[in-house]
Amino acid sequence: MRPPPLQPRRFFSTGFLAAARDALTRSVTGMIWFCLVPAILDAGERTPTAAELSAAGERHWAFAPLSSPAVPAVRNPAWVRTPVDLFVLARLEHDRVRPSVSAQRETLLRRLSFDLIGLPPSPAEMEAWLADTAPGAWERQVERLLASPHFGERWGRHWLDLARYADTSGYQVDRERPWAWVYRDWVINAVNADLPFDQFTRLQLAGDLLAARAPGMPVEQVRSAQAAAGFHRMTLKNYEDGADPIEDAARIGVERVASTGLVWLGLTLGCAQCHNHKYDPVTQREFFQLYAFFDAAEEQDVDVGDGSVAYSFHERAVPPQTRIHTRGDFRRPSDVVGPAFPASLQRLTSRPMGVSADGARRRDRADLAEWLVSDVAPLSARVAVNQVWLHLFGRGLVATTEDFGLRGEAPSHPELLEWLASEFIRTGWRRKEVIRWIVNSATYRQSSAARPELVATDPENRHLSRQNRLRLEAEVLRDATLDVAGLLRREVGGKSFRPVMPPDVKFLGTAGAWTWTDDAGPVLFRRSLYSFAQRTVPHPLLATLDQAGSSEVCTRRERSNTPLQSLTLLNHPLFVGAAEALGATIRSTDPAHLPEDLERLFRQLLSRGPMPAERARLLRLVREVEQVQPGAGGRVLAQTVLNLDEFLNRE
Amino acid sequence: MMPDFESMVQRTRRDFLVSGSRGIGGLALAALLDRDRRLAPAKEPPRPGSPRSTAIMAERLRSHFAPRAKNCIFLYMEGGVSQLDLFDAKPRLLQLSGQKPPDSLTEKARFPFIQKESAVLLGSPHPFRRYGQCGMELSQWLPSIGACADEIALVRSMHTEAFNHHPGELLMYCGSMMLGRPSVGSWITYALGSESQNLPGYVVLTAGRAASGGNTMFSSGFLPSNYAGVMFRDRGEPVRDLANPPGWSAEARHLGLDALRDLNTQHRKAVGDPEIAARIASYELAARMQLAAPELTDLDREPAAMRAAYGVDRDAGGLTTYRGGGPDAFKSFARNCLMARRMVERGVRFVAIHHASWDHHNDLDSDLEFNCRVVDQPVGALLRDLKQRGLLDETLVVWASEFGRTPLGENRPGFAKVTGRDHHPFAFSLWMAGGGIRGGQVYGATDELGWNIERDPVHVNDFHATLLHCFGLDHERLTYRYQGRDFRLTDVAGSVVRPLVA
Repeated sequence: MRPPPLQPRRFFSTGFLAAARDALTRSVTGMIWFCLVPAILDAGERTPTAAELSAAGERHWAFAPLSSPAVPAVRNPAWVRTPVDLFVLARLEHDRVRPSVSAQRETLLRRLSFDLIGLPPSPAEMEAWLADTAPGAWERQVERLLASPHFGERWGRHWLDLARYADTSGYQVDRERPWAWVYRDWVINAVNADLPFDQFTRLQLAGDLLAARAPGMPVEQVRSAQAAAGFHRMTLKNYEDGADPIEDAARIGVERVASTGLVWLGLTLGCAQCHNHKYDPVTQREFFQLYAFFDAAEEQDVDVGDGSVAYSFHERAVPPQTRIHTRGDFRRPSDVVGPAFPASLQRLTSRPMGVSADGARRRDRADLAEWLVSDVAPLSARVAVNQVWLHLFGRGLVATTEDFGLRGEAPSHPELLEWLASEFIRTGWRRKEVIRWIVNSATYRQSSAARPELVATDPENRHLSRQNRLRLEAEVLRDATLDVAGLLRREVGGKSFRPVMPPDVKFLGTAGAWTWTDDAGPVLFRRSLYSFAQRTVPHPLLATLDQAGSSEVCTRRERSNTPLQSLTLLNHPLFVGAAEALGATIRSTDPAHLPEDLERLFRQLLSRGPMPAERARLLRLVREVEQVQPGAGGRVLAQTVLNLDEFLNRE
Repeated sequence: MMPDFESMVQRTRRDFLVSGSRGIGGLALAALLDRDRRLAPAKEPPRPGSPRSTAIMAERLRSHFAPRAKNCIFLYMEGGVSQLDLFDAKPRLLQLSGQKPPDSLTEKARFPFIQKESAVLLGSPHPFRRYGQCGMELSQWLPSIGACADEIALVRSMHTEAFNHHPGELLMYCGSMMLGRPSVGSWITYALGSESQNLPGYVVLTAGRAASGGNTMFSSGFLPSNYAGVMFRDRGEPVRDLANPPGWSAEARHLGLDALRDLNTQHRKAVGDPEIAARIASYELAARMQLAAPELTDLDREPAAMRAAYGVDRDAGGLTTYRGGGPDAFKSFARNCLMARRMVERGVRFVAIHHASWDHHNDLDSDLEFNCRVVDQPVGALLRDLKQRGLLDETLVVWASEFGRTPLGENRPGFAKVTGRDHHPFAFSLWMAGGGIRGGQVYGATDELGWNIERDPVHVNDFHATLLHCFGLDHERLTYRYQGRDFRLTDVAGSVVRPLVA
């Protein structure tokens, strides 16, 4: 997290301005100068004062309490399936745009299955869905998938992106953290159990404190709470010989504040490490007041049973004195600060912030968590439901998922966001409930086919006149490939496995600091979220497909489209192996059975049968291949279908 | 239509280059190479809307002023090269060798290993000599590089905040000690695109020991992943997953790709998603890379004299060391330099050659000599070769390291005697040549002990600002919005070091 760029004019260097600003604001004479010579400070785009920031924040929608929007009236109520549709349709009707037709039933279940559990429907599941024409069939599919143990894997992975989850410490030494998976499994279980997000938040930030303060809590719950607190143990740590531990500790503290800001508040708090935030109402002092919450936490590894260890915390008996780091430099400590909350967010609540702590006690991480889910709950809830929306449409209602501040994008459907956030809180912070409102909507079920007539007015489909076609994420693509080839191992949870790493990649990262031993056997076919995340050497297969980097918070992933992806999908042993496994099921030299095998392959891979033109083209392919390389027709056919854009996308 | 053209330019920058819908099967190698820049310069102006014209337009749009450099070869010497033994002669330090340094120098310094109380100064016993018409003073161990001194701008006044390797390497490659920032090569290919239709815009070659930070220094960070450095191997299969799998004939593969293109084209008509066109183009570029990359790395195509000049076939002459990567480093590094020239010829925008390690905490004398022998001949040959081909003017060659080494001998507890130097971030050396750099000059100076900078300090951010300037890019305007902030390679600082630029 670094400050925003300053734009110094030629005659004053940034360093000079900074020094001048520091000197000037530190003394009374300085303050007078500060007022008299704003021109000096304006020579570089100066950072705003606390008062100016607060004034700007006064007007910003994200720092306002939740409004309870009236559900809009629409002209075509017959289209509406959940309240979500009212907001979307009202906007479309305003623009005189009709929503898209519903996607085909095959596409719908495939979409839902990828979105909720990260796997395609099996041919049997598809058949059952197509056969179910009774009312409520869709809702039954939704409930089936929400109840699947794989739901927690899929949506837990989304949270792990935010938690910068990895199995190693990062930096040169990149030491293994052999018990990181205990936290990962905690997340999967919590998501499967639909642990309410307010309680989830308390446990993420202060599980250890909650356990310590609840005498008589059953031992299982104590262990679980301690494991949950691993969220902020996922920070990087530098074990390089000669590294300065004080420098590293300062960096870690800063990272924890910045991550908390991104994940819960949608605020780039990290910008306020060196000076007042340039755009959002957070001062440098307030940044270090948040830092003070984490200063009091000491890392502690605890036994959570079965020989497993969880990375957790405990609160120091005597917390260290937290000082502001002048210009973000830990070697230049200035004023002492204690834990407190940014004043500008006071607007989000009607009572004084942080009253949960009694006057005598120093505020701690439990108070911080409580503040997030009570005092500033409107903002936390907006950010959380926006994440859910992102994962179901490929784009948040607020497109800048990490920035709800003054520089972030305005929501495309402000009232819908308010409604979702209010209902989320009102119904007990349950993620699965939000998902139901969305996936049961007609908006979600629209076709994703392009609307050429709307490209000019809404090229990015912000108004949701259709669904979006989304390339499958790295993990989903690998898992789906293994699954359709009959290779996927579906065990949930446990130790991470080490996939086969190309020798030169292995060598590149090691430099003698650590070793990588490929695992062997069926464990290699486990789901991708169990793949060992070595921070300095992301696995090339997943990295090429835009897996989130594991060194910092990722609130939304890139979906790129590169020739290296094509090479990976064509030639990587995992994808080749899948093509060969599938190819072996094709009787490519037997004209009597080939169409039947092709039909089966399509249903297995694409959840639908081939259209006549596709059938003809692929039968021709098999004939041609058999002429140049007898016996290869089946696997070339399988690989072709595995590489179809339709297979690589959720439509 | 304007919006379409804009989006085409965008897409071009995003996906290397989009080709027409030519079939893969009939693609001949010669025709394919013809389309790369320097092997066959365009005889006629590109047609509007052709990939080439959009690439040029993308470049127009992105360059902020007239550039000199079009490509960069970034020679990265990981570990902290000892400037005192190679680039910054300090006779006074040698005289004072064995004495305690003034307290004023050490009191605020942090060192990873040196025990400040008992450390003493360590002069360099290795001779320097003057090279070129400019009379640049460099180590005797660098005769081949020294012969190009009149092309070189040597900066003796570099400084950095990082005093550990990985943060230092991140700072030198990505402009920040934080993980997750784009590499300098990613920024430049993001800004200017690639001129090669068949190769990635940013290529990484390694020699010696492994890179200690894994591939984090070559990451595209928050930029799209197609701007990441692509590792090429110096022998065998040049790129991961490049070759068709064993047992899959090329003919069968091409038939499969033809069918894939046909079906994807049909699907694109049905659903209308322009991303499908980009996907089709990606598969075609992948197929072209399959043909172009092995040709690129086939150094047997080079004349024997050229191979000999670079030292492609030389051996280590009986020398060996663990730190420098073992005897194989000689061949690897020479091959990398020759490949870098071949890549630049074919339009690769940024080639990083990463050699490890120069971290001479001990056994400096023997290990440093070993490394100099590994790199001197090929680097000198590269500079001369580029010059002869007229490529040096538009190819910026950089020699960099994350920091320098201390004027103090390293008295780490447990070391029987002092045979090396610790990390020194306060003053170190770096050089640049070609690509708009004014050669034959030494910029900046350190004090008589080589401890602090005495004149014209150059921070890593300043170096990056200067490097971007050579490419016609204003470091304050080359930004990318991420997490609510416009990020730059130079973070919040940096200014162009004008005297370095011709």
